[in-house]
Amino acid sequence: MSEREAGGTVGVGARSGAVPFLAARGVSKRFGANQALEQIDLDVAHDELLVVLGPTGAGKTTLLRTIAGLERPDAGRIVVEGRDLTGLSPAARDVALVFQNFSLYPRWTVRKNLEFPLRAPGRNLPGAEIRRRIEWAAELLSITRYLEREASRLSGGEMQRVAIGRAIVRRPSLFLMDEPLTNLDAKLREALRVELVQLRRQLATPMIFVTHDQTEALSMADRIVVLSEGRILQTGTPREIYERPVSPVVALQLGQPAINLLRVRRQAGHWLGADGTPLIAAEDAGPAERVLGIRPEHIALDPDPGSTSAEGVVRIVEYIGPTTTLLVDWAGDRVHIVVPRRAALRPGDRVRPRIDATRAVLFSPDQRDGLAEAAHGGALARASLHRRDPDCSAHRASYHPTEEVP
Amino acid sequence: MSYLRLERLEKTYPGGTRAVDGIDFSAEQGEFIVLLGPSGCGKTTTLRMIAGLELATGGKIHIAGREVTRLRPSQRDIGMVFQFYALYPHLSVRDNIAFPLRAAGLDVAETARRVLAVAEQMGLGRLLDLYPKQLSGGDQQKIALARAIVRRPAMFLMDEPLGTLDADQRLAMRELIRSEQLDSRVTTVYVTHDQEEAMSLADRIVVMSQGRIRQVGTPAEVYDRPADRFVAMFVGSPGMNFIACQVSSMQDRLQLVSEQGQLRLDVPLVEPRGGPTSTSAVLGIRCEHVHEDGDGPIHGRVLTEEYLGSARLVHVDTQCGRLVLRSGATTSLGPGSAIRLRLDAAQASVFDGATEVRL
Repeated sequence: MSEREAGGTVGVGARSGAVPFLAARGVSKRFGANQALEQIDLDVAHDELLVVLGPTGAGKTTLLRTIAGLERPDAGRIVVEGRDLTGLSPAARDVALVFQNFSLYPRWTVRKNLEFPLRAPGRNLPGAEIRRRIEWAAELLSITRYLEREASRLSGGEMQRVAIGRAIVRRPSLFLMDEPLTNLDAKLREALRVELVQLRRQLATPMIFVTHDQTEALSMADRIVVLSEGRILQTGTPREIYERPVSPVVALQLGQPAINLLRVRRQAGHWLGADGTPLIAAEDAGPAERVLGIRPEHIALDPDPGSTSAEGVVRIVEYIGPTTTLLVDWAGDRVHIVVPRRAALRPGDRVRPRIDATRAVLFSPDQRDGLAEAAHGGALARASLHRRDPDCSAHRASYHPTEEVP
Repeated sequence: MSYLRLERLEKTYPGGTRAVDGIDFSAEQGEFIVLLGPSGCGKTTTLRMIAGLELATGGKIHIAGREVTRLRPSQRDIGMVFQFYALYPHLSVRDNIAFPLRAAGLDVAETARRVLAVAEQMGLGRLLDLYPKQLSGGDQQKIALARAIVRRPAMFLMDEPLGTLDADQRLAMRELIRSEQLDSRVTTVYVTHDQEEAMSLADRIVVMSQGRIRQVGTPAEVYDRPADRFVAMFVGSPGMNFIACQVSSMQDRLQLVSEQGQLRLDVPLVEPRGGPTSTSAVLGIRCEHVHEDGDGPIHGRVLTEEYLGSARLVHVDTQCGRLVLRSGATTSLGPGSAIRLRLDAAQASVFDGATEVRL
């Protein structure tokens, strides 16, 4: 098999058979002219970290707020363990929300901040139980030594730990996290994303984690929901979505540098690039024009100096630790290639790229889905700008995989 | 002779806070220098002193052979790009880009010609008649960059220009900035806290912490041969793994034994800088130089894994402490699995246990 169709599942993607912890069905929400959420169906399993990934304005936060009860959907239902929550107040839902901006009381001590949700009217927890829970949470999050410190005197990372602590002391049945790591610096984000995953596993409580950061999504998620303009484009494990994106828009959401998207046409058993360079073998079926998606790490450089494969010219060399990223003019296009670190390459060097055909994904220019059209226009315009393609409008056609692989 | 030279540069604020504590470095003509460090390290203050937006309280700044330490910003011939776009909202993109040329009194025809040339070079031609509020954040930041480029200044200073952009736009802008700089060869000083940005853009990186310079070097030097434990931790994603060791013997080679004795390593000292000041040392090793090996000396258990698409980071609890290794994307080990590890000693760094400086 020299090529593979893009595949995967769109929509619910529940784990087979099991009754989900939370089920959203047909959830829609409109703000004026803006359709923030449109017919959202999603499931969260009992012991799962579900990441909702999408760019600014995709509807991620609205979805989270709707599940929390802070927004009322115009249509659809949210069911938790068989109970319809749609009309219930936030307080009646037993969910805990953590926001991007920590939202602590700055003049209060850490202990008082942690106590606050436990002292809410109607909770009636005995003092000893409150103390026990605070000590348990502080221990888990390594903030015990800050307990008597004023919140305003903590660093950003410590504040976010306290905010997470305030969510876990309640022992909610569901965690909702709205970009909790976004305001932290890079080193702290790296450490906290591992801590959060472990903490959630320890608590065995489901979590919905909203982010626009693809590294967080890939590294933390059990499953990812890709959201764009209020609709779900694909649901799957990080690997499924990374390796088998259902559309160029999804493909562009994951991976850094982004996947290469090349317009190809079939001739004499090969897919040819924009300048006629044969890229990979083609089967004699289906449309003669496609968009070929290939991740930068799946293009190798042919070391054989006698090779007859087409040459490219290196434009930019980015050295990033264990790998080197190249921007190469090749086959009438501009492609990113990630190679293991090696003898220095410089701008202007000639190289012979070779696509790993087993990793290529083919998308078909097929205008059968209005959603695809709307969403792809924006993302492909971005992608083509990126390549400094003067003919932006040519990319505004929409692409969609012709078949889905089960 | 270097184009930009800082000598013993200091900034002490009236309250006594010393933001920059006597730093020295220089940039060659056409070089791309990145000042890298965590917030509060003094990198932005340094940039603002080069620009003339802050006055140094000690030391000197030379640009193109001329001392400029006390000169006003307008007398320094510098183009600046900041994190926030600062475009004029009531002016079109064309007029925003033309603004500095008009302010300098350039004639109308030449102004129009240069605006068009820069816009085409940066792929902004179709945006010229729009207004800033009609543009995405990424496009606004491109216009801000175009406005800096069109002046053809003798030097660029950039303060986290990608700070407010989404990830995919950051990457595109990064390449744009790098290719513009390679084309124009204008000496550039760029400030960021993002080590990946620094590595991908810089000819040389200046790593700062607490008002001081920790290391100046090419990205490869800073990554492979960090000057101290702070640099080793700060540069790289993730930062280096560290293992506390005892030094059992030293000459031109260093024999190290990990604290519980299960790991013995013999590390060559390439440029011995004098012996260690204490008998304890810290071994530093990058995650790509830790390998799974059924006969490896280090025994551990997988704590968790991070899938990154093109690779996988495996966090392992071992007798030598927590170690992270980088492995292929397709082989997965569940949490709790037993694993044995080997280190590629030839790639290790060794730091003094007391001073944390590279040995």
